Amino acid sequence: MYINILILYISYQFLEKNSIGADLFGYVGIEAVLDQMRMKTMKAGFEFNIMVVGQSGLGKSTLVNTLFKSKISRKSCTPNYEEKICKTVKLHAVSHVIEEKGVKMKLTVVDTPGFGDQINNENCWEPIVKYINEQYEKFLREELNVNRKRRIPDSRVHCCIYFLPATGHRLRPIDVEFMKRLGKMVSIVPVIAKADTLTVEERQEFKEQIRKDLDANGICVYPQEEFDEDPDERLLNHRIRESIPFAVVGTDQEHQVNGNKVLGRKTKWGIIEVENVAHCEFANLRDLLIRSHLQDLKDVTHNILYENYRVRRLNESNITFSELELSSWPTENGTDKSQL
Amino acid sequence: MQKHLQRISCRNAIVSLPSFIACWKLSIKNIITHSLIYIHPLTCLLLVLINPNVMKAHCALKPVGGNFLCYINVVFSVLKFPDAAGYVGFANLPNQVHRKSVKKGFEFTLMVVGESGLGKSTLINSLFLTDLYPERYIPGAAEKIERTVQIEASTVEIEERGVKLRLTVVDTPGYGDAINSQDCFKTIIQYIDNQFERYLHDESGLNRRHIVDNRVHCCFYFISPFGHGLKPLDVEFMKAIHSKVNIVPVIAKADTLTLKERDRLKRRILDEIAEHGIRIYQLPDADSDEDEEFKEQTRVLKASIPFAVIGSNQLIEVKGKKIRGRLYPWGVVEVENPEHNDFLKLRTMLVTHMQDLQEVTQDLHYENFRSERLKRAGRAVDEDVLDKDQILLQKEAELFVNNVPGQDIPFASIQALFYCGNDLNNKTSPKHKAGGNGGSFVYVFPVGNITMIRGTLSN
Repeated sequence: MYINILILYISYQFLEKNSIGADLFGYVGIEAVLDQMRMKTMKAGFEFNIMVVGQSGLGKSTLVNTLFKSKISRKSCTPNYEEKICKTVKLHAVSHVIEEKGVKMKLTVVDTPGFGDQINNENCWEPIVKYINEQYEKFLREELNVNRKRRIPDSRVHCCIYFLPATGHRLRPIDVEFMKRLGKMVSIVPVIAKADTLTVEERQEFKEQIRKDLDANGICVYPQEEFDEDPDERLLNHRIRESIPFAVVGTDQEHQVNGNKVLGRKTKWGIIEVENVAHCEFANLRDLLIRSHLQDLKDVTHNILYENYRVRRLNESNITFSELELSSWPTENGTDKSQL
Repeated sequence: MQKHLQRISCRNAIVSLPSFIACWKLSIKNIITHSLIYIHPLTCLLLVLINPNVMKAHCALKPVGGNFLCYINVVFSVLKFPDAAGYVGFANLPNQVHRKSVKKGFEFTLMVVGESGLGKSTLINSLFLTDLYPERYIPGAAEKIERTVQIEASTVEIEERGVKLRLTVVDTPGYGDAINSQDCFKTIIQYIDNQFERYLHDESGLNRRHIVDNRVHCCFYFISPFGHGLKPLDVEFMKAIHSKVNIVPVIAKADTLTLKERDRLKRRILDEIAEHGIRIYQLPDADSDEDEEFKEQTRVLKASIPFAVIGSNQLIEVKGKKIRGRLYPWGVVEVENPEHNDFLKLRTMLVTHMQDLQEVTQDLHYENFRSERLKRAGRAVDEDVLDKDQILLQKEAELFVNNVPGQDIPFASIQALFYCGNDLNNKTSPKHKAGGNGGSFVYVFPVGNITMIRGTLSN
């Protein structure tokens, strides 16, 4: 009997090895590919386009400055800046190259002054929808060119941060309308702005209410559930989904707290530390956007949202193909589609 | 004026007289106003005969130490009367007015306007230490899209130290919620006009004894602290109602602002108000004969408009004391701390200027409305029904309605009311006719049995 077990054990070992297949019996050096990739991307740099949407005065520019720890918002760039409410929604894109430990990033911040500020805010999201579509269109054109550039300049919006005012009640009609329309085109990250007006209990209630409202209206915000690839990711994203929208406070002033210099807002009743997780959730937002999910945001935009746009666009333009101004477009059977 | 109860007890009538005179002299100097003197009954008679106007005394005969002595509670008049001959006595009038108004009670209508979520209800509850909104239902976004602005009036009777205040708070849920807010202030303006209309009608009626003043005396306009100043909606709304009601701008949820931001926002708001020519309520300057403290208080109040307030009714323990405030992970914001916010200043302003707010509403806004209205009515006189009989019936009905609510009203007069009330206010439906106690409609159905139904104000 023991011999049987021994035979079974030995054959099992063989089977295992065979099922895996190529088992390395020495060091090859495949893992060096990671280093190569890293060097290449460091030389090339990253591109990241972020859009901030919300009513005037919600701290959008300050938050962007705080996120990237530099003065990159529209306010800091325009000289003699005066805060006036615009009559129409204008989009304002500002680009900067920021560098950290040899890694360069070309960051573009698209601001939307005038959104939701008027008395009649109907269709105030249309300029934004148009802008996003234009960027997709630009990329599509570049991609469809016969002589393509090596690195197509990517101006598509990777992430849209939507600022909700901290009312403490529920989502407003304008929020619902905007997120419904744009949820399918861009990754929306909703954020509760100026959250130092909510106590901890009020914050929890408000977040729950918002999540309920989002579910009730069928709005998908980032990280979208349908794009989760494996259980690990699902678990991680689930934890994030439990805590959106993040309640943030932004500032660019530093104060002394217990001997350390921290970013915070000084009031008569205490100092609100921006990077303290007990005070607000800015650190969580920063980690999500930059430290853990930045590449994921870009991937989702490129692989899923852009592809959706492309498919839609190519389907509609099947009939009027000549408008795309292509010289020749060989298909599988060799026929020239432009002749159709 | 200090009140000293001075007990002078004496048995000997003659000895008591000097003490009485001493008391009298002291009262002239306003040192004492009350004096309990125990004197002999005969002395009492003597004193009463000498100066019947001077003292108001009531005597009680009580045995003191075996003797029958008269206990006179000498009440000197509270005011000075240095020269009894030249004294008429109308200096007492403020007292009479005071007593009458305390008996009658005060009425005040306050309107709160602002976007939802700015803490209006919390502030009202904090100001008047009541719970005007016990069960609140906040509708979802989908419902908010279809909803128009509602007007909800709740009345509460507050009593403090014998003084009764009938406070009506008019809330405007739905303001600024919709995507297109162009129509949201029409409802509010209509409501204010209706109240003026009703008062005008009551004033021009035959029986003016029970006029109920439902006019909006003051409007708290809540400005969001999140913006950089006034929004276009704020500007439009204030421009539309500044000639109808006293506007007091208030910055809500002020705990979101640091001190510098608050000052900047206040300055910005005041600049924009001046730029657009909006007339907000101006506190009247203190008279020159008021004391320094009052003048200083008025100065401070004037300098703090718009008030940056925080509301809360939660009690939090700070340094052993229970105070109202909001508890954050980084500290406690105290509602009644003048360094944290302007809540106390707002309350002081409201309380000390309640009378003035009512006066300005009466003298300025109501008179404006009245002159406009009468001018308009004068021009459109050919449209009115000038049937004498109908008008007579209407007046008769008015007498009944204002006099005894609940009494049987002759059916014909009600019909007259029903039809004649139409041309006075084209906006209200013919079934509504004002009357009765404030805050309620008297619905009169001239079909079958006459039933009087009271309802609360709602559109």
